[in-house]
Amino acid sequence: MKGIVFIEKNPATGDLRNVSKELTYKLYTLLQPYKGEVIGIFAGDELPKDINELFKLGLNRLIYYKNDRLKNLQSFAYKNILTSMIKSEEPDIVLFGATHTGRDIAPLVSSALHTGLTADCTQLYIDEYKDKGNILFQRRPAFGGNILATIITPDERPMMASVREGVMQIPEKKLDNPVKLEEFKIDFNENWIKNEFLSIVEKESKVHFNSSDIIVAGGAGVGSVDNFGLIKKLAWALKGEYGASRAAVDFGFAEKERQIGQTGHVVRPKLYIACGISGAVQHRAGMEESQKIIAINKDPDAPIFGIAHMGIVGDINETIPILLKYLKEEK
Amino acid sequence: MKKIVVLAKQVPDTANITGNTMKEDGTVNRGALPAIFNPEDLNSLEVALQIKEKIGAEISVITMGPPKAVEILKQSLYMGADKVYLVSDRKFAGADTLATSYVLSEVIKNIGGADIILAGRQAIDGDTAQVGPQVAEKLDINSITYISKLKNITDDSITVERDGEVQTEQIKTGFPVLLTITSDANEPRYPDCRLMLKHFRSSIEINFEEHKVEKMQENGWIIPTITREDLGLEIERCGLKGSPTKVHKIKSIKLAGNNLTMYGDNPTEIKKMAQSIIKDYVEVSG
Ligand SMILES: Cc1cc2nc3c(=O)[nH]c(=O)nc-3n(C[C@H](O)[C@H](O)[C@H](O)COP(=O)(O)OP(=O)(O)OC[C@H]3O[C@@H](n4cnc5c(N)ncnc54)[C@H](O)[C@@H]3O)c2cc1C
Ligand SMILES: Nc1ncnc2c1ncn2[C@@H]1O[C@H](COP(=O)(O)O)[C@@H](O)[C@H]1O
Repeated sequence: MKGIVFIEKNPATGDLRNVSKELTYKLYTLLQPYKGEVIGIFAGDELPKDINELFKLGLNRLIYYKNDRLKNLQSFAYKNILTSMIKSEEPDIVLFGATHTGRDIAPLVSSALHTGLTADCTQLYIDEYKDKGNILFQRRPAFGGNILATIITPDERPMMASVREGVMQIPEKKLDNPVKLEEFKIDFNENWIKNEFLSIVEKESKVHFNSSDIIVAGGAGVGSVDNFGLIKKLAWALKGEYGASRAAVDFGFAEKERQIGQTGHVVRPKLYIACGISGAVQHRAGMEESQKIIAINKDPDAPIFGIAHMGIVGDINETIPILLKYLKEEK
Repeated sequence: MKKIVVLAKQVPDTANITGNTMKEDGTVNRGALPAIFNPEDLNSLEVALQIKEKIGAEISVITMGPPKAVEILKQSLYMGADKVYLVSDRKFAGADTLATSYVLSEVIKNIGGADIILAGRQAIDGDTAQVGPQVAEKLDINSITYISKLKNITDDSITVERDGEVQTEQIKTGFPVLLTITSDANEPRYPDCRLMLKHFRSSIEINFEEHKVEKMQENGWIIPTITREDLGLEIERCGLKGSPTKVHKIKSIKLAGNNLTMYGDNPTEIKKMAQSIIKDYVEVSG
């Protein structure tokens, strides 16, 4: 079996996006039992600075195409280049990160290849299917996250899927595959460049969910912007980061970039403290892989208790100040 | 004058799923859910209307779905769309995004193409965000996704703001182009009373006797239905047959149920919880 992963650079830092590392390793673990090959494909102006990292995560080869015209997202050109890279390799599986870039290009490529694409998968595994041999099973939430569907592409190749950042994990132990970079040749056509970038403004991000062991999140139950101060205080007391449910973001308690869930960040900290969050499926989709979950909610039947490890049924405005007091004392 | 096509979908209101919309066996009771205009398709219709107000345009709204989906077409007329088309055929049922985009792209060709095609970023029943770009690929035209603002439009170019996740981009491009619009782009307008009066009788043809149809036609109240045969499409590329992806299994999401330790909401109990947090997660310094 042969698998391809789309390699993406963070345009702001010039480094690999985490999801490219996560998917390289995922593909490696998927294909290892079959002695399969893991190939990266990249198109852009410059290779990501830390490209060699990928070989420590199981990459066998990187196929790349460099052109200054591809500095910014030129979907039409990307589609043509990536499609011909994939055609030249005839892989069984192609994975994309479900980033704004991946979700832009993957559908174009799948359409050009006349094959299926399953978006935002949360689980991927290979298994036998009827007389089709080993195929990729792609699990994803659907229907607003209320059901979990397993999707297959039994007849077409490649089988394509996208996965959001943070869903798959990177191991601590590193492999030592040799670095193998192969330049791709293509007749570049100037007509493929359709977009003129008038300006690019980097988004300022103050949120560091990835590097936080502890995340304290507040929901609609927090009640007001002022009360949300308690959530922040608790996060700071624990040297963690604070997040929010969509309802809390909609009410203006917290910034949109702090939203956790299906349409926000996917996080998996060591400790997640959910305060005044009911635990709707869309929220759980972004946090249920946390190692430990604490729920504070005044409704004993709130679904969040269904996935929590520790819980308090109570009002956050009364419990959090007490909790803060003891955290300070005990330290 | 620019020709604009808006792709719109009627979707179950997945945001409001409650206990009784889930059946005993854990599947979704679609019938119990209200069907609504996919929210981000309203944002894209609003973009179309704003372009029309600025430089003049003819707006056609296309939806593929069951006859009931005509509801969102009427809503589009109430908001200011010029033409609407229902694309409906039993053979289209079960289509994945590839089969859907194939049919939609053929419909667009059939009605004479477009300068600007607008789609929602994603539909809330599947959240795939694939149909828009795939329609563009089928038509071999440029596409730009995640549009968070319409900046400027002239006769030969359009400038948009794109939410590039780590950066905000201002992009200028020519026509034809397909854009997918996010909910940040605008506030969709309300239906217009006069337009409601003008169009409230509009309907697809199947519901009426011959003489009524004639009268409807005279008044321009017939909403055209486009079928597979009208387009001369191969069965193999439509509906379930034309869909490379198949749903293998579906299960409702049940909570795993961890070993849950409950603490009371009184100081003694909260102190115990604080101690447990400190023991496991806080590095005690000094
Ligand atoms: C397509 C789609 C995508 C979505 N994506 C996301 C997403 O990414 N992230 C997300 O979070 N949501 C998302 N949602 C929304 C989601 O369905 C829920 O509406 C949302 O998570 C609810 O937020 P909440 O738990 O804060 O609010 P609620 O559901 O209103 O819950 C508030 C909770 O607070 C408790 N409470 C009230 N007062 C107090 C108090 N004083 N002390 C303690 N507890 C109190 C209540 O008992 C209740 O359980 C999405 C929805 C859709 C349709
Ligand atoms: N059946 C359909 N009819 C018309 N437009 C559709 C249909 N399905 C999807 N679309 C368009 O494609 C967008 C993305 O849909 P999806 O790929 O399902 O998330 C929607 O917001 C619509 O604009």
